[in-house]
Amino acid sequence: MRRRQRSAWIAGTLLAIGLACLPLLLQIGLGRSWVRIADLALLYTLLALGLNIVVGYAGLLDLGYIAFYAVGAYVYALLDSPQFGLHWPLWAVLPLGAASAALFGVLLGAPTLRLRGDYLAIVTLGFGEIIRIFLNNLNAPVNITNGPQGISLIDPLHFGTISLAAPHRLAGLTLSPPLQYYYLFLACVLVVVFIALRLQDSRIGRAWAAIREDELAAAASGIPVRNVKLLAFAMGATFGGLAGGLFAGFQGFISPESFNLMESVMVLCMIVLGGMGHVPGVILGAVLLTVLPEALRMLGDWQLNHLGRVVADPDDLRMLLFGLALIAMMLFRPAGMLPSPRHRREWRKDARP
Amino acid sequence: MTALLALNALTVAYGKLHAVQDVSLQVAQGERVCLIGANGAGKSTLLKTVGGLLQPRSGSIHFASQSIGSLPGHAIVARGLALVPEGRGIFNRLSVLENLELGAWLRRDRAAVRQEIATICERFPRLGERRNQPAGQLSGGEQQLLAIQRALLSRPRLLLLDEPSMGLAPMMVEAVFSSLLDAHRGGITLLLVEQNAQLALTHTDRGYVMESGRITMENTSAALHDDPQVRAAYLGVGSL
Repeated sequence: MRRRQRSAWIAGTLLAIGLACLPLLLQIGLGRSWVRIADLALLYTLLALGLNIVVGYAGLLDLGYIAFYAVGAYVYALLDSPQFGLHWPLWAVLPLGAASAALFGVLLGAPTLRLRGDYLAIVTLGFGEIIRIFLNNLNAPVNITNGPQGISLIDPLHFGTISLAAPHRLAGLTLSPPLQYYYLFLACVLVVVFIALRLQDSRIGRAWAAIREDELAAAASGIPVRNVKLLAFAMGATFGGLAGGLFAGFQGFISPESFNLMESVMVLCMIVLGGMGHVPGVILGAVLLTVLPEALRMLGDWQLNHLGRVVADPDDLRMLLFGLALIAMMLFRPAGMLPSPRHRREWRKDARP
Repeated sequence: MTALLALNALTVAYGKLHAVQDVSLQVAQGERVCLIGANGAGKSTLLKTVGGLLQPRSGSIHFASQSIGSLPGHAIVARGLALVPEGRGIFNRLSVLENLELGAWLRRDRAAVRQEIATICERFPRLGERRNQPAGQLSGGEQQLLAIQRALLSRPRLLLLDEPSMGLAPMMVEAVFSSLLDAHRGGITLLLVEQNAQLALTHTDRGYVMESGRITMENTSAALHDDPQVRAAYLGVGSL
C-alpha cells in the first residue's frame, strides 16, 4: 500500500515537472507558435471536460455546448473592453461568466430535459444556433454585442496591473505571454480535472450513471431525475463558461463566428475519440484534436517546398484526414482511444456468458 | 384499521385510452396482496402510477394516510414505497455492487448500507461472487433477485412488484418468491402484479382480479383460488 502511494507520488511529481517544462521545450524546439497551440489545447481540454459531464457522465447528448463557451466569452468581452468602457477585474469577470453560462444551462435544461436521446440532441443543437444568431444580431436597436464584427481590443487576462499579454521576468527567465497563458490555463485544467474526478465517484456521479443506464429505474431508486440532469447541464456549462472567459482574454477578439456548430461538433468529437466518460481519454482527445490539425497545416509548406506548389489545400486535407480518422476509430476502437472500464464493457459485443 | 395503501376511484389514461378506470383498492400493513389479470388489463399501469412513474387522471392515492398521487417517483421512494419495475430495471452495465448501492441512494447511513449489502452477498452467493461484474451478465432470475434486493435497500414499508416471475425458470421463480416471503417476514408489506395467477394466489393473503382496467373481483387468495370463474379464466382448469 505504502509502496503504491510512493510510486503514485513519484509519477505525479514527474508529470508535474513534465507539464511545467513542456512549453519551454516547445518554445525552444518548435517555436513560440507551438506554445500558443498548447494554450489552445488546454482551453479545449477545459471544454471537453465540461461537455464530458453532460454527455459522458449523464448520457445527455448536447450538440449546442459551444453556446456556453460563447456566453462566458461574451461576458468577459463586454465587461473588459472599450465596448462599454468597462474594465472589471479578472476575479469578478471569470466567475460571473461561468455563473452566467450555468444559468443558461439551467434555462436550456429546464424545459427540454424531459426529452430523450435524439430529441434532446436536436433541441440543444437549435439552442446553440439561437445563441450564436442572437450574438450576431444584438447590435440593433441597441448595440450590445457589435454584431458580426465582434468585439475587439478585449483586455488581456490580467491580475491587477500585471497583464499576461506583456512578458515578465522571473528568476532570470523571460516569460513570454503564451507561456504565462499556458501556466494559467494549466492551473485551471488541473482544478477542473480534480473536480471532474471527484464528481465521478460522488453520490451525484453514481446518480448520473444510473440515469444514463435507465431513467425509470433511476427514478424508482429514489433519484430525482430532473434535478440531477439539470445539475449535469449546469456543471458542464460552468466549465464551458470559464473556458469562454479565458478564451476571450487570451484571444483579444471574439465574434459570433468563433462559436458555430462546427465547434460544438469538434468538442463532441474530442470526447468520443478520446473515450467518453473517462477523464484521461477526454484530455487525450482534446489535445490530439487541437494539435493534429495544426500539425497538418505544415503539410502545405511541405508541398510548397517539395512539389513546388500546393496540390491539396491543407484545410481540405485536414477535414479529409479527420473524417477518415473518425471512421477508423468507430471501426476499430468504438469506445475511444482510452475508454473507461465501464464504457469498454458497454461496447464489448454481447458479454453474456 | 387504516390501510397502508389506499387507492380511491383511480383513473389513469394514455391520451383517450383509459388504461385504469375507477379502481379502488386497499393494502393493510403487513399484508400480502396480489393483483391478477390478463395481458393488457391495466395491472402494470396501476402499479406504475402508485410508484409515481405515471400521473393519475383522477382519483386519489394515499400511502400511510398521506396523499401521494401527485408526487414524482423519487419522492415516493423517500416515503417508504419501492417499486420493482416490469422487466426488472437493472442497470445492465453497472456492476452488481453499484446496482445495490444505487438502491440505497437516498440513505445517509453508509455503514449500515455496507453491512446490509454484505449480508445480501452472503445470502445470495451468486450475486456475491459476481459483485464486480456488470449486472447485465446475470441470468434473468439473478437479475430479479438483484432488483428485489436493490429495492429493499431503500428500506421500504411497502414493496410493489411488477411480474416478478416473468420469463424465469421454475427453480428461479421459487428462489424469487422465497426471497419475497423472507422480506415479508421482515415486516415488509407486499403488493404484486402477476400473470401467473396460480403462483400469485398461493403466495398471498388477498387478491384482486382486474379486467379491462377495472377491478372485477376481490377476495382472500384462497377463496379466489377456489372460485370457479377464476379457475376457468386464470388457472386454466374447471368446467368448460
